[in-house]
Amino acid sequence: MSDAKVAVLDSVWQGGTHPYAINSKKFGMWLFIISDALTFSALLMAYTYLRLSTPDWPKPFIFVPSIIFSSVMTFCLLSSSLTMVMAVHSMNHGNRGATVKWILATMAFGLGFVGLHLTEWLNLINNEHVTPFHNEWGVPLFGGTFFALTGLHMTHVIIGVIYLGIIAFAVGRGKFKYEDVEVSGLYWHFVDLVWMFIFPLVYLMSARL
Amino acid sequence: MSDHSEAVAAEHVGGTTQTFLYVWVALLVMTGIEVFLAYEQLPTLIMLTALMGLSVIKAALIIAYFMHLKFEKFSLFLTLFPMLVLCILLMMIFMPDSIRSLMMRAQ
Repeated sequence: MSDAKVAVLDSVWQGGTHPYAINSKKFGMWLFIISDALTFSALLMAYTYLRLSTPDWPKPFIFVPSIIFSSVMTFCLLSSSLTMVMAVHSMNHGNRGATVKWILATMAFGLGFVGLHLTEWLNLINNEHVTPFHNEWGVPLFGGTFFALTGLHMTHVIIGVIYLGIIAFAVGRGKFKYEDVEVSGLYWHFVDLVWMFIFPLVYLMSARL
Repeated sequence: MSDHSEAVAAEHVGGTTQTFLYVWVALLVMTGIEVFLAYEQLPTLIMLTALMGLSVIKAALIIAYFMHLKFEKFSLFLTLFPMLVLCILLMMIFMPDSIRSLMMRAQ
């Protein structure tokens, strides 16, 4: 390729062969992430709108167990992001064994998150009698928005654990490349990112003092 | 071709283990501050602003370092960023209305 042609393709907006300098899987994941971010922001906005506009919005989250549990869940997700970064880092250095171990650690943190979250849900359902349509505080929309938002997030975490399990299995068998691990990492960090908004908006804003 | 993609992958290291650890600690500290703020008797709107401010900083750290966007081409950032602008604009349209509705109920 001549130098002049390279110079034209170097310009991002000239329709160069790699305008983003990333592979199509990664670009696809980024596009999925922004569309999913819009879905979550709709639910977060619905919750926050109702939270602000309702004078007697319930505050069911007592320090023990709800706030402690959700703080530990935040710790789980943040740490799982760190182990996922390390998995991508190991794969970048061609160390498949370490990659599988880091991904398994990420999955363990993810499963810990789901376990704690379900315990927290059952506590709300059994002890505080909150369901998607009823609760004892006369604000039925609390249950509806709470379960929709955290339920959709938990679904993402569960799908993420399955996704990472498939990646770890294949990487261990010598299949898949660096990009595949990196793309799964993008998804996992996004799930972590969404929780960074759910935790303060849902739990901390409705902590029972 | 495979040589080329290997070279691209090697260029994309972006950040060391130490950087990732610093980011992780920063995220944990900010989470701690958020939990502390939840138990300060602040007015709802001030608390919401403080918590959202911290969350946006946390999100930015995750996107920049963990999701690697800081080390990607600027064109990718420019492609993704309008979504955030759209979200913020929508929020600015909806949130004042929730306060209006609160005031109407209070009367």
